[in-house]
Amino acid sequence: MRPAPFEYFAPRAVDEALELLARHGTDAKPLAGGQSLVPMMNMRLARPAVLVDLNRVAALAAVRAEPGSLRLGALLRQSALERDARIAAAAPLLAEAAPLIGHLQTRARGTVGGSLAHADPAAELPACMLALDAVFHLRSARAGRTCRAADFFRGLLATALESDELLVEIEIPALAMERTGQAIAEVARRHGDFALVGACAVLGLDAAGICRHAALVFFGTGDVPHVSRAAAALVGERPTPARFGEAGRAAAAELEPRADLHATAEYRRRVAAGLGTQALGRAATRAGAAA
Amino acid sequence: MHAVRLTVNGAERQARVMPRLLLADLLREEFGLTGTHLGCEHGACGACTVLVDGEPVRSCLLFAVQANGCRVDTVEGLAGADGALHPLQEAFRARHALQCGFCTPGMLMTLTAYLREHSSPTESDIREILSGNLCRCTGYQNIVQAGLNAAAALRAAGAPR
Repeated sequence: MRPAPFEYFAPRAVDEALELLARHGTDAKPLAGGQSLVPMMNMRLARPAVLVDLNRVAALAAVRAEPGSLRLGALLRQSALERDARIAAAAPLLAEAAPLIGHLQTRARGTVGGSLAHADPAAELPACMLALDAVFHLRSARAGRTCRAADFFRGLLATALESDELLVEIEIPALAMERTGQAIAEVARRHGDFALVGACAVLGLDAAGICRHAALVFFGTGDVPHVSRAAAALVGERPTPARFGEAGRAAAAELEPRADLHATAEYRRRVAAGLGTQALGRAATRAGAAA
Repeated sequence: MHAVRLTVNGAERQARVMPRLLLADLLREEFGLTGTHLGCEHGACGACTVLVDGEPVRSCLLFAVQANGCRVDTVEGLAGADGALHPLQEAFRARHALQCGFCTPGMLMTLTAYLREHSSPTESDIREILSGNLCRCTGYQNIVQAGLNAAAALRAAGAPR
């Protein structure tokens, strides 16, 4: 299996990349880590006439830890999430998720922005970004704009990105809470496989240990990650394992998971309830909640 | 056609390539380095793993033109110039960690990269890190054992090669 012929450009600057995307329109595809696009090209499921390779645009791979936010360049390798102490400090959810993304070899090339723009429904990073309420910075030769993660994922492999737009940076706002905790849990048939179901949780507690912020997001259960409505019921309460069990079950009841070769819909819903409970519990422990 | 220049196993190599040429094909077809094997050709099996600037990558998912200016290490570069086997190769032979051998180059290159950064892995570390390399013969037991033995041999020898 080999890709169909294409024209190749390797710009060095963001503006140059945007110019190429504008000029070639829907014929062009940006190439980031290539861990999803190139398999599809090898199988000829994708046949872009033009590839705009972003890998030489050094400015796209920067990490900036600022007082109010963590900013990740879209071209940051997934392996950097495991290694960068600034990321582990500001967004431990991403550091915990990283080893679950594919394999050592795919993380060495695969990028954070690439995973978000590809928007696989079973991928970890889109769900993490929803739980962290990230803001995506998009640019085209025409203009720049921001888009909240909550508005970005539109459907199966579909996002808010226009064909001439690039996701250039991901901004993760710091939670203004006394104590925060984050956690991810997933079930996959083998390590590195896409998750059958996964859940990530972000909790914020005030000084008295009362929950002031709760986000719970599921992935692998539909065309886009599911942001749970039930998690909001935890706000104002003192977190306890029993409450997390109830919240996990209520959140799972919101899901309409697919059935496929790997699992029935009912199995996915049951696993989601357990994983949601686990993720909330671990996040609470990390936030320093009394057991 | 694009001109590429790369350092393969320490030697300068050049070629003119079409953009769609995969790095694996450049290594095998142009440079004659057929130790890098192509199994699935879509990034699932890990047989084609090589090191690019020291990082283990799937050479079926990287275009040769993208490796321009990079250092590439393949299984042919593991043994010493005198033919002495790398401790990983020695451990694979001693533990009978291969049967047909098709997946072996990918296993060796993945472990080479991993053991450079992790000198004292546990059995479960090795299993986890080899999750991206499929073997259809051995059942993995001896590969995992060989990885652990190689880690011990590399520790005993000082710095890993």
